[in-house]
Amino acid sequence: METFVIGLSIASILFMVALGLAIIYGTMNVINLAHGEMVMIGAYTTVLATKHLGLNIYLCLPLAFLVTATFGLIIERTVVRRLYGRLLDTLLATWGIALILQQLIRIHFGLGLFGIEIDGLGSDLQNVPVPAELQQAIQLFGANIPVYRAFVFVTALALGAITWLVMYKTRFGSQLRAVSVARNTAAACGINDKRVNMLAFAYGSGLAGIAGVLVSGFKTVSPDMGTPYVVDAFLVVVAGGVGHLLGTFASAGILGEVQSFVATWANDVYGRTVLFAVVIFILLFKPQGLFVTKSR
Amino acid sequence: MKNHDRRTFLKASGLTAIGLAAPSILRLGDKAWAADEIPVGIMYSLTGTTAIVEKSMNQCAQMAIDEINAKGGVLGRKLRAIVEDPASEPRIYSEKARKLTIEDQVPVIFGCYTTASRKAVLPVVERRKGLLVWPTWYEGEECSKNVLYAGSAVPNQQLENSLPWLQKSLGKNKVFIVGSDYAFPRGMAKTSKTICEKIGMQVVGDEYLPLGHTEWASMVSKIGSSGADVIFSNVVGDSIVAFYRELRNQGYDFDKLPLCASTTTEVEIKAMGPEYALGSYVSLPYFQTVDTPQNKVFVEAFKAYAGADAVTHAAMEAVYIGVNMWAMAAEKAGDLAPDAIVANAGGLSFDAPQGKVTIDPDNLHSYLTPRIGKTRADGLLDIVDQYAEPLVPLPYSSVGETADKRVCTTSGATL
Repeated sequence: METFVIGLSIASILFMVALGLAIIYGTMNVINLAHGEMVMIGAYTTVLATKHLGLNIYLCLPLAFLVTATFGLIIERTVVRRLYGRLLDTLLATWGIALILQQLIRIHFGLGLFGIEIDGLGSDLQNVPVPAELQQAIQLFGANIPVYRAFVFVTALALGAITWLVMYKTRFGSQLRAVSVARNTAAACGINDKRVNMLAFAYGSGLAGIAGVLVSGFKTVSPDMGTPYVVDAFLVVVAGGVGHLLGTFASAGILGEVQSFVATWANDVYGRTVLFAVVIFILLFKPQGLFVTKSR
Repeated sequence: MKNHDRRTFLKASGLTAIGLAAPSILRLGDKAWAADEIPVGIMYSLTGTTAIVEKSMNQCAQMAIDEINAKGGVLGRKLRAIVEDPASEPRIYSEKARKLTIEDQVPVIFGCYTTASRKAVLPVVERRKGLLVWPTWYEGEECSKNVLYAGSAVPNQQLENSLPWLQKSLGKNKVFIVGSDYAFPRGMAKTSKTICEKIGMQVVGDEYLPLGHTEWASMVSKIGSSGADVIFSNVVGDSIVAFYRELRNQGYDFDKLPLCASTTTEVEIKAMGPEYALGSYVSLPYFQTVDTPQNKVFVEAFKAYAGADAVTHAAMEAVYIGVNMWAMAAEKAGDLAPDAIVANAGGLSFDAPQGKVTIDPDNLHSYLTPRIGKTRADGLLDIVDQYAEPLVPLPYSSVGETADKRVCTTSGATL
């Protein structure tokens, strides 16, 4: 039971990071290697906001969403927009952006060169205070459930629900789905696909930012913390089927549980190994991923 | 046309080569002018993953050198620090060590923090007959004659005191050993098991996660269900923070399930937020709270040097010991040659912040005072147990080395 709960919490982090990536990749066919840095920026937003503005971690969630969404918007408008349809170029460009963002944090956005140092930035490790009510465990159905993990899980569910509403119940959502299935046709029908791209990129980045707030609660915040997340998130997106909300949800759940159960049975190294093996198997037998968006 | 192109290219590259060589020729001259100074290498990472700790070690080495220079230097000559940044990469450690020994011809390198970096530098100093002064506590099983292990604790100096203490003072008998997956934690676990067998403690788990791993949920729940009543942690780096936070998040309490760590210093405690480490134990020869007159001076001097909110920690104090003991050995030898230093270092004593530190003539390691600290709310540690006398260093204690039956002697290790 405890193993299952841990699996859920691993899955919920995977889900939040992968969701944004899935939207970006699904809509624009852009592999965004700077996605992990959005997680990092979300985490730094939390560090700065708690240090300088005295905000608590709950208020940091919407704030980090706004900050990272803005970053996403800027990246899309300045770089990614000019590289549509050039998959390899966007890959390189976003990787470059990832490196630039990491260094910007290290050099205090350039202010370090003038001797101005902002407390909370730089290459040191940072930490985020977690409110006392989240720092404990509760007993539920005979299992020991960490409150913080439960909080992460609930947030992930809420984000999933909101994203589902946005995707399937709003005008923007149907435009976004139209663009991802048939860009040219959608554009011919009068949808401003550039605008859809931009908003999708910003929204996806914002989701990663929220994931950043939540991971900052159980690990240290450092400039290169985001990198491992891109790989994991890609596994989820690829295994779940590109551009499919339910697929991302299911594959994050499966992969999280696989890792958790194998890790408890053997250890985390085996957990990761089996995780990769499972993804390879899924791709062998279902090359499109678990769920396929039907298109003609 | 093609031929012509190639010719101009050759000419151009020849000129470039001369141009590139020129600065190093000039620099040779530079070296000759400064004959009244002794160049010494300082090699701690200023960037990369271990920079947080190594930066403070770098500052401490420079502070120690400044202090020595203020007292007139070594053999009447001032020390000149040549600082290199190996960027937390073993490969670059090796390159920089080569640069320092071959190009700058330094008689000594103060450097390294991780075992991986020491192992990368070792072949360089051994082949070039150089000298590395190594600061950090490590897994032992090394007996190089080109390394002065000044201030560096070996497993018996961190475990012989702590495991029996956990058993006697806290009444704990089932230990779970957890660590990052590389040489140091595995070496520590090896020695721990030898000691546990001797004192009748049960090892209920011995598990590792990769260096830098930050998802500790499964491991913590495994520790919880193992029946362990005490945790011994050899977790290193970023993982420490994730590990301690996970313990708290899963509702463990260091009062009920105590944890004793071998590598969690004041720096890591500051990085995770002291409330997460509150009440946990650490076994190291030095804490900022050590109550000696030398330490008061040391802490004040470092705060004046590096800023008022700087903390001092064990690795840093070891650097301080290393620089000072090297200078003492050089004075005694009247010579800077590495073999002369090594021959004269044995038996030397230094009144370090932690107390008296003596170099063992056989294995070039240091007699240190084992201590156990308990983390308090401000991130410093209260000393709850300490030896009255420094303890002999036994780098091969994992294979049964004792003070009377040495494995590592002046002629090298005989297993």
